[in-house]
Amino acid sequence: MDSRKPIISIRNVSKRFGGSVVAVDNANVEIGEGEFFALLGPSGCGKTTLLRMLAGFENPTEGEIIIDGHRMEGVDPNRRPVNMVFQSYAVFPHMSVLKNVGYGLRVTGVPPDETQRRALEALALVKMEQYADRMPNQLSGGQRQRVALARALVKRPRVLLLDEPLSALDAKLREAMQLELVRLQHAVGITFVIVTHDQDEALSMANRIAVMESGKVRQIAAPADLYEFPNSRFVADFIGKMNLFEGQVTGAAGNSIVIDIAGLNRITVPYSGHAQGGVGVAVRPEKIRIDHAEPPNDRVKLRGKVTEVAYFGDESAVFLENATGVNINVNVPNDARRTAAPFAIGDEMWISWNPADTLVLAE
Amino acid sequence: MAQATTAGAAAAKSVQHVSKPLPLEYLRKRWLQAVVLFGFFFLYFPIIALMATSFNEDKRNITWKGFTTDWYVKAYNDASLFNALVNSLTVAVVSTIVSTIIGTMLGLALYRYRFPNKASFESIAYLPIVIPEISMAVAMLAYFAQFLEVPLGLFTITVSHIAFSFPFVAVVVRTRMAGFDESLEEASRDLGASGQQTFWNVTVPYMMPGIIAGALLAFTLSLDDFVITQFTSGPGSTTLPIKIYSMVRFSVTPTVNAASTVLIVITLTVAVAAMAMQARSEKNMVKKNG
Repeated sequence: MDSRKPIISIRNVSKRFGGSVVAVDNANVEIGEGEFFALLGPSGCGKTTLLRMLAGFENPTEGEIIIDGHRMEGVDPNRRPVNMVFQSYAVFPHMSVLKNVGYGLRVTGVPPDETQRRALEALALVKMEQYADRMPNQLSGGQRQRVALARALVKRPRVLLLDEPLSALDAKLREAMQLELVRLQHAVGITFVIVTHDQDEALSMANRIAVMESGKVRQIAAPADLYEFPNSRFVADFIGKMNLFEGQVTGAAGNSIVIDIAGLNRITVPYSGHAQGGVGVAVRPEKIRIDHAEPPNDRVKLRGKVTEVAYFGDESAVFLENATGVNINVNVPNDARRTAAPFAIGDEMWISWNPADTLVLAE
Repeated sequence: MAQATTAGAAAAKSVQHVSKPLPLEYLRKRWLQAVVLFGFFFLYFPIIALMATSFNEDKRNITWKGFTTDWYVKAYNDASLFNALVNSLTVAVVSTIVSTIIGTMLGLALYRYRFPNKASFESIAYLPIVIPEISMAVAMLAYFAQFLEVPLGLFTITVSHIAFSFPFVAVVVRTRMAGFDESLEEASRDLGASGQQTFWNVTVPYMMPGIIAGALLAFTLSLDDFVITQFTSGPGSTTLPIKIYSMVRFSVTPTVNAASTVLIVITLTVAVAAMAMQARSEKNMVKKNG
């Protein structure tokens, strides 16, 4: 939990459609003032439904949502202190850029001269002031998104909601917009809540991430914590690349436990919790090393044969298989200039990692 | 060598033609040309002849004696003919306004709401489009004369015209709304607009090309209608098509031709405007999606 004052509290919120389909299942999320918060999950996990409940387009079946100290039950979308950037941008096609941005002020009775001034300010914020007189069909996708951003920010909301804002942009533009959104959030100091299925997007932009799966919030943590300490097999597998094995706890000794991994060795790893029976054992590919020579005994050691090498320039993904047919992925950084890998397909190698890098997942 | 290059270029050219034929390429085939010409002749010669003879000086319209606009003046000065034109326009304007409102509401409702038996409701709503006109005419006559006992006249004509033209408006509006992005309405609500403000500021402007095209369609349908109008009109409520028909029963005079030409020009103008409106909105849609 962040130490900041909460601006959004989602308490025991569930949403069912048509009585049976559970879109959101007992979600509990607290979002602090000024956070850049991401709702991350595969499609159909309920993240968009949760966002739409914050905006007021859906009502929770159970539970309550509190925004800026007020309960949101029965409050219409036009009366909430939040504004949204839609996945399709939803820029009004029959209005100029300036009219689009000023719309939210115009309909709430802000005088025309103030509307004009604030709309131009908002356009300047997203570097679109020279396009004020254009019609939306004369803009590119990225420009339309900037208009949608300006149109939402001009209302000075307490929270800006963004529904998959970068999904329709090409890869290069997406990267630029990620930085742009972070810059914008620093500039305006508003809480951002972004929905995304792209983990890179969430990891690089958000200061905290809630990972969702089939309606449930699985873990809420800062990006590095989420990556290094996932709390479940789902999160471990969903975020980044992971070697995930199934094992049995066979004993404990002090701060360590002994796990028998199916098809692999018996390993001893540090663990402070209480784990019994079947557990998941996970290691990130970049934390594993492969050598011709036998590594020291304080490392977890396996033998495996190289089956495939995929070259990515900065690193190579190496796929190995041990005698019992278990696959292990290793990322080898290409940290010295060489064109031939120091091993070939079919080589028998030592695979090893630091026991402290092993994750034991009870869930 | 030079020959080979020319042949190569020609081959490249013909390959281009195969992959992307020019719009009028089919006209190179002689028999297709003949079919096209015959089609055009068959369709448009009578209309062109009608328009031409309305400017003919010969009263019996047998030979061309010279250009004149006298028949238009005569038609204009014919009180009953002019009165029929006024009646036609009155009915067309009123029925267009009412059927556009009802049709737009129907089109929007069919686009927006889901309810039990929607498919059946939709078929019933669109029924006036497919029902034989004569059946509808008889039904209308029976309804007004026997059931409601309303005197036949401009009122009954207008009501009938509304009844058969609003489904056309509904179809056009609904088709227009099929491309609507509902998040536009949500965005409007999100930005602080009430439901009503959203409807007038976002939904209606989007629908507008459909509404206008539907209205122009309703207008031409009403202006041209003969069968239903004939059954529901009473004394003194003759419309232009009916007046022209009654004049033709005696003889096809150049005055009739002049009156018919006026009707054609009005209808054509409105129809072209409707098509232009539709084309413009489609072009905008393509641009938006492109």
